[in-house]
Amino acid sequence: MSPPVLEIDDLTMRFGGLTAIDRLSFKVERGAIHGLIGPNGAGKTTTFNVVSGFYKPTGGEVRLRGETISGLRMYEVARRGVVRTFQHSTLFAELTVLENVLIGTHMSFPPNIFAAMAGVDKANRRAARARAEEALDFFGLAGLADELAGDLPHGHQRALGMAVALAARPDVVLLDEPFTGMNPEETRRMMELMVKLRDTGVTILLVEHDMHAIMGLCDRITCMSFGRLLAEGNPQEIRHHPDVIEAYLGGARHVA
Amino acid sequence: MAKFAALFGFGAILLALPHALSFSQQEILVFLTINVLLVASYRLLTLTGEWSLGHVVIMGVGAYASALLSKRLGIYVPVAMLLGAVTAAMIALALSFPLFRMKGFYFLIGSFAAGEIIRLLWKRFRDPFGGPKGLKKIDPMPDFDIGIYAFDFFEPVSYYYFALAVVGVSLWVMWRIERSPVGLTFHAVHWQDRLAEASGVNVRAYRTLAFVLASGFAGLSGALLAHYIGTINPNSFDVEQMVFVLTWTIVGGTATFYGPILGCVVLTVLNEIVLREAGFEQMRPLIYGLILILSVLFMPKGLESLVRGAFSGRNARKNKAGETKAME
Ligand SMILES: Nc1ncnc2c1ncn2[C@@H]1O[C@H](COP(=O)(O)OP(=O)(O)O)[C@@H](O)[C@H]1O
Ligand SMILES: [Mg+2]
Repeated sequence: MSPPVLEIDDLTMRFGGLTAIDRLSFKVERGAIHGLIGPNGAGKTTTFNVVSGFYKPTGGEVRLRGETISGLRMYEVARRGVVRTFQHSTLFAELTVLENVLIGTHMSFPPNIFAAMAGVDKANRRAARARAEEALDFFGLAGLADELAGDLPHGHQRALGMAVALAARPDVVLLDEPFTGMNPEETRRMMELMVKLRDTGVTILLVEHDMHAIMGLCDRITCMSFGRLLAEGNPQEIRHHPDVIEAYLGGARHVA
Repeated sequence: MAKFAALFGFGAILLALPHALSFSQQEILVFLTINVLLVASYRLLTLTGEWSLGHVVIMGVGAYASALLSKRLGIYVPVAMLLGAVTAAMIALALSFPLFRMKGFYFLIGSFAAGEIIRLLWKRFRDPFGGPKGLKKIDPMPDFDIGIYAFDFFEPVSYYYFALAVVGVSLWVMWRIERSPVGLTFHAVHWQDRLAEASGVNVRAYRTLAFVLASGFAGLSGALLAHYIGTINPNSFDVEQMVFVLTWTIVGGTATFYGPILGCVVLTVLNEIVLREAGFEQMRPLIYGLILILSVLFMPKGLESLVRGAFSGRNARKNKAGETKAME
């Protein structure tokens, strides 16, 4: 069995007196779709923020392929192959759809100012553009390349957020509620794309409220509540786990 | 092709322009050309979303450096100008370490403080900066001949052509940068720095890059100024000048490359031709303040929005004209 690609080890994150993550530990296997669930305010987004380097943890650490990445800056984590999306559609609203995805290719095709001035970066630009168009194609956004990102309907914005992340060809992608604002048809199509991605070897860590999607997609699920690990297992185990059912009933939400 | 012809025509107008002007207007034209470079470099800085109040002082760094290098070390003036630009860029790089710990409003205040410290150093150290009186008798550009035209830098027209060439090349370089993936990354850092960083962009490095580049071009404009007027002092680069740069930029608008340039040209023409001729010279800061407030209130997207409106309006009218023709 290959070692886990991502290890969350005894992670703690405090904001003043509030403990948003409390000694959380779990592992994500390479090439898995791993769900992270829990009631609102459980600390899922905060976990993403720590793993992606947006926050430095108060305690514990995050390891990628055995190497500690917690405490690194967000762009340094990204350069090691962990790319995230944001819970609320966070896009370059003033730029076009294509330009958004081009930023996603930044790491694979780093701009070079001297080459740009001398006009000798044509091959690089063409390759970046090809990669960007490929990502748009994958998410069915190719026809919208010249629209302003801010003008897109909500579902398309979510898809674009994922296209930006995946244009970077990450090893691990962190998706924070990617299906919000999508209709059932869009969600179904996105789920198929997730599986397709997983099959190309990308590891996906998924936060999602749509239980149908979570249960249908995930190889493994971690459930947290009040910042703590509540349960872990495959979808069957999680669905019937008494603590999980209890937490969701307490949080006024049903497990599918 | 039409674009090329338009560019060619525009160039011809710029070349012919000084011959339609009086001597004092020619001098103003030289200042205007230099200020176009200054304001365009300021826009490059604002691409990443940070507004500095120290830009004119950085221009001064280029002016002092170029003046001193040519005066003290006898370095050939055009080379000294380039070195002046490099010095301004290097000072900006050093300043970026404390300044880019701050963002937005704090960056604005920090840049102002940094600029005032530099101006204090100029005032405090008589050697080499000449103290409050500044530097005098700065070496002029040496005359030279390029075959089709003999540059005699005693004439403003000659210096105008020289400045026009330098500024033209600088603008072209800035334009290329903005249109490149580097420029796109500047915009990304401005609009959504979190997503940019999550995409692997070293946001701090890109902010610094824009700041250093903009400062280099500002320093070049300062060097052009120093060797034209021949004397500079700490007050040549005070906050009043900075207010002019801000006014040009805001009145012109920052959404396009040409916005701030348009603001600079329109306000300079208004100022020099209208105000000076009408004898309102003393009230210049007051009138500028008024224009700034009015434009923020009534034209928040700047003069450039009028130009864009006019163009789309003209196209719309053209289409309409086409339709009527078709109907007939
Ligand atoms: N930057 C912050 N400052 C203070 N409290 C925060 C911050 N970010 C998150 N929290 C708190 O941490 C808890 C977990 O939030 P979050 O991770 O967003 O939950 P989830 O994504 O699981 O709904 C919440 O109580 C939230 O208010
Ligand atoms: Mg959340």
